[in-house]
Amino acid sequence: MMIVAGQSQSAYFLEEELPSTERSHTLSVLVDNEPGVLARVVGLFSGRGYNIESLTVSEIEHASHMSRITIVTTGRPPVISQIMHQLGRLVPVHKVVNLTWAGDALERELALIKVCGKGEIRDEALRLAQAFNARIVDATLDSYVFEITGAPADIDRFVGLMKDCGLVELARTGLAALSRGRNGITSAPAVAG
Amino acid sequence: MTRQMTGAEMVIQALIDQGVDTIFGYPGGAVLPIFDELFQQEEVRHILVRHEQGAGHAAEGYARSTGKVGVALATSGPGATNMVTALTDALLDSIPMVCITGQVPTTLIGTDAFQEADTVGITRPCTKHNWLVRRIEDLPAILHEAFRIATTGRPGPVLVDIPKNIQFQTGTYENCKGKALTQYHPAVKGPEAAIREAVELMAAAKKPILYTGGGVINSGPKAVALLRDLVKLTGFPITSTLMGLGAYPASGRNWLGMLGMHGTYEANLAMHDCDVMVCIGARFDDRITGRIDAFSPKSKKIHIDIDPSSINKNVVVDLPIVGDVGSVLEDLIAAWTARKPMQDKAAHAAWWKQIDGWRAKRCLTYRPSAEAIMPQYAIERLYALTKDRDTYITTEVGQHQMWVAQYYGFEEPNRFMTSGGLGTMGYGLPAAIGTQLAHPGALVIDVAGDASIQMNIQELSTAVQHNAPVKAFILNNQYMGMVRQWQQLLHGNRLSHSYVDSQPDFVRLAEAYGAVGIRCSKPADLDDAIEEMIRIDRPVLFDCHVVSLANCFPMIPSGKAHNEMLLGTDVTDEEIETAIGAAGKVLV
Ligand SMILES: Cc1cc2nc3c(=O)[nH]c(=O)nc-3n(C[C@H](O)[C@H](O)[C@H](O)COP(=O)(O)OP(=O)(O)OC[C@H]3O[C@@H](n4cnc5c(N)ncnc54)[C@H](O)[C@@H]3O)c2cc1C
Ligand SMILES: Cc1ncc(C[n+]2csc(CCOP(=O)(O)OP(=O)(O)O)c2C)c(N)n1
Ligand SMILES: [Mg+2]
Repeated sequence: MMIVAGQSQSAYFLEEELPSTERSHTLSVLVDNEPGVLARVVGLFSGRGYNIESLTVSEIEHASHMSRITIVTTGRPPVISQIMHQLGRLVPVHKVVNLTWAGDALERELALIKVCGKGEIRDEALRLAQAFNARIVDATLDSYVFEITGAPADIDRFVGLMKDCGLVELARTGLAALSRGRNGITSAPAVAG
Repeated sequence: MTRQMTGAEMVIQALIDQGVDTIFGYPGGAVLPIFDELFQQEEVRHILVRHEQGAGHAAEGYARSTGKVGVALATSGPGATNMVTALTDALLDSIPMVCITGQVPTTLIGTDAFQEADTVGITRPCTKHNWLVRRIEDLPAILHEAFRIATTGRPGPVLVDIPKNIQFQTGTYENCKGKALTQYHPAVKGPEAAIREAVELMAAAKKPILYTGGGVINSGPKAVALLRDLVKLTGFPITSTLMGLGAYPASGRNWLGMLGMHGTYEANLAMHDCDVMVCIGARFDDRITGRIDAFSPKSKKIHIDIDPSSINKNVVVDLPIVGDVGSVLEDLIAAWTARKPMQDKAAHAAWWKQIDGWRAKRCLTYRPSAEAIMPQYAIERLYALTKDRDTYITTEVGQHQMWVAQYYGFEEPNRFMTSGGLGTMGYGLPAAIGTQLAHPGALVIDVAGDASIQMNIQELSTAVQHNAPVKAFILNNQYMGMVRQWQQLLHGNRLSHSYVDSQPDFVRLAEAYGAVGIRCSKPADLDDAIEEMIRIDRPVLFDCHVVSLANCFPMIPSGKAHNEMLLGTDVTDEEIETAIGAAGKVLV
């Protein structure tokens, strides 16, 4: 990772922070699936003033009670590295990997989108859904529910278009992300820094 | 070897298996089964306190003065919430502590039951780790894991919340001491390449400094001995944080005194001007760094710390070495000895000359008085009269705490128990009791302030009950002196609510508790009064009347750099009031 000399990360140093290298990072965190583990992770972010843009959690290995938490957060590199170390010292955390550092990770999200309308608007919604590879999972005479899977930015675009096509409501899962190539999280280098 | 027993018996058995001889606690409905077991055995001594916060701080004092884990026990609800301050204190100061709390039965959790509180929820951010035990099968492993987590890596408080029905249930106990229940295994050994690089940097240094902290004491006696070897081997000057005092002896030739906001002139200027800084088990706290962008601008920084999150948290360093101080110093000294570096003798001599110039400022000089006791003088006398004894010092929080750090010379580690990170008024008296019970023959003194001592004064009753002859040496300035000093610095000397009106008569208060009260207000009487305090083999409240308006100097005003210190003897009231700019005022 990059360390920029002379940059401060003190909570007490109240000078304007340089926004220059702030960007969003996708962290993959392997944890014991035990009561309170999510509260520990979320509490760490709120308690230390880090932000969470998206958080997804689900058990991935039932036998060994392991869950994978995918967190999207923003910050400058030293802050991101501090977040990773803070996560790393939680007792139930096995591993923290920064998929953004690892480069070009696979990031997917699923959304369910309900639109309502008749006539031209309804036809337009259907045409756009086809163009975006969204599936129809429910239909009535004046409504559709589309299911779309894709990179968050693609979903953002589709949702944006649906606003003009009678968007009623939507639900998004948050991010699921993996690195490319043959290595899994257990063989990836641990908390970098 | 496994045995059948109840949950409450398991708690006691696990304590015994962990080698715990003393715990501090307070009973209540949700821990009655554990108290019943305590009653029926003799291996674990229970010290009944008067407030659960006192139990927590007593456990901290016990832990810091022995290097062992401190154990506290409290009931559910208010018992647990009263423990929160002590847990937070232990977390910030890296004190290994295990706290056991009772909880309402599992069947009642979530129903707003009598004395129900979400203890694990409340204490999650103020413990290193915590558990609510839901099944008797899990209890033995969790109890032992609590001790392992409290003591390994960066030490800290661990809480185990045990519902009352689990305490009654019978299950299989196994002594799983040392077995890991979780995957928590912090690295102890530092990477070889980094250690070799550190040797190169240190060998080439022209203006080196060792900046040491509480991590050396956390690491233990081996680390302390190695640190002293390192100073001998390299000839480097050494300073320490408040939390690290005693790791290197204050009488040592290379000692510069404490650094930081109330540190010495020589320590802070040497930090500012050094070219190689070796930070050993310290965490670049804001009391140390002052203005971050002006902090030691010309130095290469090496940072040895067991917690990766301590590294680059506040200050970006050039060479991090993650590992235990003892282990890393051992490897570092071996590498140094093998390399036999040629140091730049002329540069080192010039550096020491510069340091001696700063020392010549004699920054701890204060204006003496023949009529009234100067607080600095009181600490000097206390030091002179106790240094040749087996003495342990605790403090409360405020000016008196800083004067102890400045004027009391600590020669050994684990002799100074103070609340550094949280700055908890009310820490000192219970911590002294915990210390005294761990060291029965020793002289244990809580140097207190007149305001702080009242925050946990009820523990005097604990000291009387358990024959803990602790001495509370109160520097009574009739003010919350530290607050008053900041109001003078920041708020036009408008002393809003920092005067302690209606003080109790401390002598009669002591007597009411069955302790001994001593009062002294003349410098000429002070030595005799201190000697009398030492002679009394009972708890003492010593009401030492000192001048009211003394300020604690030197001081780096907040928002300022190390080379912008205020010194005591030549500073005027006006300089004090204008020392902190607008940007500094928002800092704490
Ligand atoms: C009123 C007031 C004024 C204060 N003024 C000052 C002041 O002027 N100067 C001053 O120094 N302090 C001052 N303090 C104290 C200050 O707030 C901090 O508590 C203190 O500076 C922190 O000490 P430390 O850096 O040694 O860290 P600690 O809190 O002792 O932390 C220890 C560090 O060592 C690491 N560590 C632990 N165990 C090991 C191990 N086995 N191996 C390697 N690393 C380990 C930990 O991860 C941590 O980073 C003041 C406090 C109060 C209340
Ligand atoms: C529990 C708690 N409340 C408030 C403070 C803020 N505070 C810091 S020092 C201080 C005054 C301490 O006064 P005293 O004990 O008389 O010590 P002195 O500074 O006069 O030596 C206060 C109120 C604190 N540190 N802890
Ligand atoms: Mg006072």
